Amino acid sequence: MNLNATIIGQLIAFVVFVIFCMKFVWPPIMAAIEARQANIADGLAASDRAAKDLELAQEKATSQLKEAKVQAASIVDAAKKLEAKIVEETAAKAQVEKERILASGHAEIETERNRVKEELRAQVAVLAVAGAEKILERSIDAAAHSDILDKLVAEL
Amino acid sequence: MSAAAATEATLTSQEYIKHHLANLTVGEGFWSWNLDSLGWSVFLGLVFLTIFRSVAKKATPGVPGKLQCAVEMVVEFVDESVKGTFHGKNDLIAPLALTVFVWILLMNMMDWVPVDLLPWLISLATGMQMADIYMKPVPTADPNITFGLAGGVFFLIIYYSIKVKGVGGFMKELYSQPFGHWSLYPINFILEIVTLLARPLALSLRLFGNLYAGELIFLLIATLGLYQLPLHFLWATFHLLVIPLQAFIFMMLTIVYLSLAHEDH
Repeated sequence: MNLNATIIGQLIAFVVFVIFCMKFVWPPIMAAIEARQANIADGLAASDRAAKDLELAQEKATSQLKEAKVQAASIVDAAKKLEAKIVEETAAKAQVEKERILASGHAEIETERNRVKEELRAQVAVLAVAGAEKILERSIDAAAHSDILDKLVAEL
Repeated sequence: MSAAAATEATLTSQEYIKHHLANLTVGEGFWSWNLDSLGWSVFLGLVFLTIFRSVAKKATPGVPGKLQCAVEMVVEFVDESVKGTFHGKNDLIAPLALTVFVWILLMNMMDWVPVDLLPWLISLATGMQMADIYMKPVPTADPNITFGLAGGVFFLIIYYSIKVKGVGGFMKELYSQPFGHWSLYPINFILEIVTLLARPLALSLRLFGNLYAGELIFLLIATLGLYQLPLHFLWATFHLLVIPLQAFIFMMLTIVYLSLAHEDH
């Protein structure tokens, strides 16, 4: 164990190495580590925020869904009411129409019957005259006996 | 190792151990240099700085590579040790602790290199006789190296004591405690000087003693012939504990001493 100038050499090497480490090794590595720590902290905070946002969004979605359901139910109700009203109105209209058609039918039938009656009456007059001619074997002046014929026709 | 020991059959065990404990030295008296200790020390320091500098240059806050992960683990371990002990603001202490820890760890790890491996390789390369080759590859088993390290720490203790408390404050601290009465100031002064000097001395001798003893036991085992193999394995396994522990202790005490230097009493 003999001490010699090696101590001085080692001391100089020590000083140089420590200064080099202090200037060129420690700061960049520490900076990288600290930057990464900040990144991770930011990331964690962001993920926390995102989780909260998600919760809020879910709550909002649930409430909106509920609202939509209520709205849909009210729309369906209104539609049902409208439907019933339309059915009622249509039925009423149809009834009116039916009555109108029936009435016009009846009227038509009546006029037809009247017309046929008139026709028949006229033909009966002719037949009566023809019958009388045959009975009398002579011609009857239609004009002369029209008053009798008209009386006959009116009696039919 | 055993083969190498056999080639040195001309040496007795005592001479073998003595030979292996001698440094490769040039120069005379105090102005001689232990080339092996200093060379390995500087080489390992450069290994540390090269690896860490290459990571520092490419350090990214994004996804780190495997080497960056490993380096960051060491850096953060040191940073936490510093923050747990030293609470002031000082840009030097953390890099200093990192340098001390990794550098001493690498130097201690040279203890795992088989004691005859490097001399044997040198003799293969140069054709020199093993008995003429001096090569002690564990720098921390050389007191010059540990004194050099502790000396640096000692100067920093003095520097920060004076910087924080001023020359007057530092001197006052040396004589005004632990006893408050003026008549006891000389005794205080003696006690405090001893305390101050004991710090670097204990720091360097603890590291040196552990590694020197470890090296010595390896050498003793190497003289045992064939039985050395399991014993080498056991002793090397034990050094799994000693090597990082000594590096850690040196680092922690450096931090503690420097934080004490920052404290005003």
